[in-house]
Amino acid sequence: MKRSKLGPWLAIVIGAIYFLVPLIGTFEFSLRMRRGEYSFDAYRIVLGDPQFQATFAYSTCLALATILVGALLVVPTAYWIRLRLPGLRPVVEFITLLPLVIPAIVLVFGYLRIYNSSSWLPLTASDRATDLLLTFSYVTLALPYMYRAVDTGLRAIDVRTLTEAAESLGAGWPTILFRVIFPNVRVAVLSGAFLTFAIVIGEFTMASLLDRPAFGPYLQLIGANRAYEPSALAIIAFIVTWACMGLIQVFGRGARMAAETR
Amino acid sequence: MAFLEIKDLRKAFGPLSVVQNFELAVEGGEFVSFLGPSGCGKTTTLRMVAGFEQPSAGTIRINGRDVTGLRPNQRNVGMVFQSYALFPNMTVAENVGFGLKVARRPAAEIGARVEEMLRLIKLPTLAGRYPYQLSGGQQQRVALARALAIKPQVLLLDEPLSALDAKIRVALREEIRSVQRKLGITTIYVTHDQEEALSMSDRIVVMNEGRVEQIGTPFEIYNYPRTRFVASFVGTLNILRARVTDAGQRRIAIDGQEIVARRGLDGTASGELRAVALRPEAVSLSDPGGERNRLQGTIEDVSFLGSVVRIRVRFKENAISLDTFNNPGLAPPEPGREVTVTFAYDDVLVLEGEAS
Amino acid sequence: MTALSIARSRLGQVSWSWLGVAPFFVFALMFLILPTGFLMVGAFQDAGGNFTLANIAHLFQPSILSAYWISIEVSAVSAIAGAVIGFFLAYAGVLGGLPRWIRPTLMTFSGVASNFAGVPLAFAFLATLGRVGLVTALLVKYFDFNLYSTGFNLLSFSGLALTYLYFQIPLMVLIMTPALDGLKRDWREAASILGASSWQYWRHVALPVLWPSLLGTTLLLFANAFGAVATAYALTGSSLNIVTILLYAQIRGDVLHDENLGYALALGMILITGLSNLAYIWLRTRSEKWLR
Ligand SMILES: Nc1ncnc2c1ncn2[C@@H]1O[C@H](COP(=O)(O)OP(=O)(O)OP(=O)(O)O)[C@@H](O)[C@H]1O
Ligand SMILES: [Mg+2]
Repeated sequence: MKRSKLGPWLAIVIGAIYFLVPLIGTFEFSLRMRRGEYSFDAYRIVLGDPQFQATFAYSTCLALATILVGALLVVPTAYWIRLRLPGLRPVVEFITLLPLVIPAIVLVFGYLRIYNSSSWLPLTASDRATDLLLTFSYVTLALPYMYRAVDTGLRAIDVRTLTEAAESLGAGWPTILFRVIFPNVRVAVLSGAFLTFAIVIGEFTMASLLDRPAFGPYLQLIGANRAYEPSALAIIAFIVTWACMGLIQVFGRGARMAAETR
Repeated sequence: MAFLEIKDLRKAFGPLSVVQNFELAVEGGEFVSFLGPSGCGKTTTLRMVAGFEQPSAGTIRINGRDVTGLRPNQRNVGMVFQSYALFPNMTVAENVGFGLKVARRPAAEIGARVEEMLRLIKLPTLAGRYPYQLSGGQQQRVALARALAIKPQVLLLDEPLSALDAKIRVALREEIRSVQRKLGITTIYVTHDQEEALSMSDRIVVMNEGRVEQIGTPFEIYNYPRTRFVASFVGTLNILRARVTDAGQRRIAIDGQEIVARRGLDGTASGELRAVALRPEAVSLSDPGGERNRLQGTIEDVSFLGSVVRIRVRFKENAISLDTFNNPGLAPPEPGREVTVTFAYDDVLVLEGEAS
Repeated sequence: MTALSIARSRLGQVSWSWLGVAPFFVFALMFLILPTGFLMVGAFQDAGGNFTLANIAHLFQPSILSAYWISIEVSAVSAIAGAVIGFFLAYAGVLGGLPRWIRPTLMTFSGVASNFAGVPLAFAFLATLGRVGLVTALLVKYFDFNLYSTGFNLLSFSGLALTYLYFQIPLMVLIMTPALDGLKRDWREAASILGASSWQYWRHVALPVLWPSLLGTTLLLFANAFGAVATAYALTGSSLNIVTILLYAQIRGDVLHDENLGYALALGMILITGLSNLAYIWLRTRSEKWLR
């Protein structure tokens, strides 16, 4: 059965053009800062901008906090659902899918109303508290990805047997969770983590509406006021995203190889 | 001329030659099995007949028509897959009627044919079920009905029973055979289960490493294996290394003890090393007397298999397994005992080719 | 053990088990359910907390209606186009019989591109298809073709849809690839030997089997575009009247501040994504009697 490969090739080529041209265009544009010649001036300016450094560092910290909180929230839940409460699984899965359905802007609007400075839980009263709220917001955004990654990871290991083996050796719950389950889903958590990082690092809506000095609002600000720097920033953001996805692949492949040699 | 004719068929995947010089002529209505170990090219050959793989060389004719270059959907061949391959989104009736539907037959004709087929496979009440609501055995019967609904010229089955458990396997085996007889459809059946092949087939094609080792009726294949491979693959034959001591007198020696071999010695010369086959059920520990071969050895191992006790007797280099019925009043012999085994001259089969 | 103590120990076990997922449900309540519920209730209240339909009625003013309409259009167009194009790309990668390296490359790239959204994506398209973008300039230079003379504007409906496709298509590829893998080779072969053409196989077997994931993913793409703020905001500022930007301006207090109208805007968004999900669930149960 020989089928023509013209169609598939055409699809791939058109797809490649559509996805590469904006990257090339952006890169070319980012080099145009100096009149009449290509230069990396835009990058130099951007990278040397203290605002850039501060906002990028801030977003990185938030991303790390999000990953930590997310993992601590998702792994025990997914584990517990698999082990003890499989009946609740549809409910939990439904909830983890909600952030894909309820727009982020709606959620953050709700936070602003419920947790304002005169409410029962004034999470927007101080900067630190707002940082916390933003972290939780990001955990919400990352929930669908984190949960799916971890649940897939748990499916690959036999949760029940591992738990029973650990129990028979006299391990308590914290030990089982942190010494047995976490190491076994490390790769899954990592891939969820890099994905979370890619989502959080440039997030705009929530950070901007909660009024925190994150990278996303900074990008927007630069975009509104400068000509060439935005392109340089877009390229940088693309590289960061690419690095996150690349790391997911690297760790995933490592895990697959380990599983095969086991 | 035969109904299905395969001439000098070859298939290579890159440098890997998977099927070589495959020749077969199947008569109309005949049931032929391909039997062989995993990876020997049974599926590949069958897929070439179906049209899923293009042969590297050779021709396939069905009912006089050369189909070698035709697409699968132009061949009018039925196929049953190991995985059943029922369409999950269709009911049993829709699955069975699929071939007629895509051929744009009128609905009334499809309905009647589907009903007929479901009666044939004895599942007339399951028409409205989806595949996931059926057991494995039921799914495979539906798959058979689906393949037969288009009135194919040839029916191909690729290990259709290997995903089922032992009981259903035997029942379905008989059912497939009876349906095949009823319709008189020319059938090729792929299996690596010798019992299946022996019990179902008119003829068996034993394959090894992409080549046909022997084609014959189950009786011939079991009793007169031509090669060492066939002998060891079909049944649990003892294979011994023997030296031809006197070709004219039909005498050979096993580890220095001379015996008479009645079959397969033609064309050998004295002094040659040959492989010799001996069925476990032909060998006995008791001696009824008369003209028989006798070999002295030591009992090496005794394994109790329920109704049968399997005993291994070692000579020097060679050893023989033999089966005796379990006798509750008599303890099985002890390992280490010296014994004499006996067997008829006719049971010794000298195989083709040098002993390895 | 007496029946009572068995009952008690079982009771103890149940409450123990619940405790294990308590943090998750508390979190979900605090950061998903309550905020959304608060807005939904607020949409039916006036400033004094009394029940009113006035906010909902306000939604029906032309500017807000048109914002919803443009949002729905952009989301639907980018979702459907993204689904169709993404499907063909995934098909090419999985079943197209192309060299082996194509597929992992496609997947990696889709992973990156589907996450390359927000503000930087807007920058990239401005640098490419903006008035001084590379492609715009090259088209003028080599083909003497002024893209903007055709009525195209990146800062408009078509531009936004084109930009959204940059993450919509890869998302579709990412989700459809495993779904296409789920099509068994045996089904195709069984269909083919029963006499079906390639088209008949797709029409009667493959597409019905894929239908739930096709539908579900298209819907996901729709919600994805419908709730997007950053790309549109960075691309068009507030010049394009879509509902997220309207809501954004409301929350920021950039425009005349009317809190409860904001609630109503949010309620409308939830209704639209919620209803499309219900429609999906309904279609799915109808089309999928054959699924367990
Ligand atoms: N598409 C392919 N590309 C490369 N090699 C193949 C391909 N299909 C089959 N082979 C090789 O051809 C040989 C024969 O395969 P085939 O499937 O015909 O064996 P088989 O006799 O059906 O075995 P089994 O009993 O396990 O089903 C095997 O070594 C297999 O690895
Ligand atoms: Mg096979």
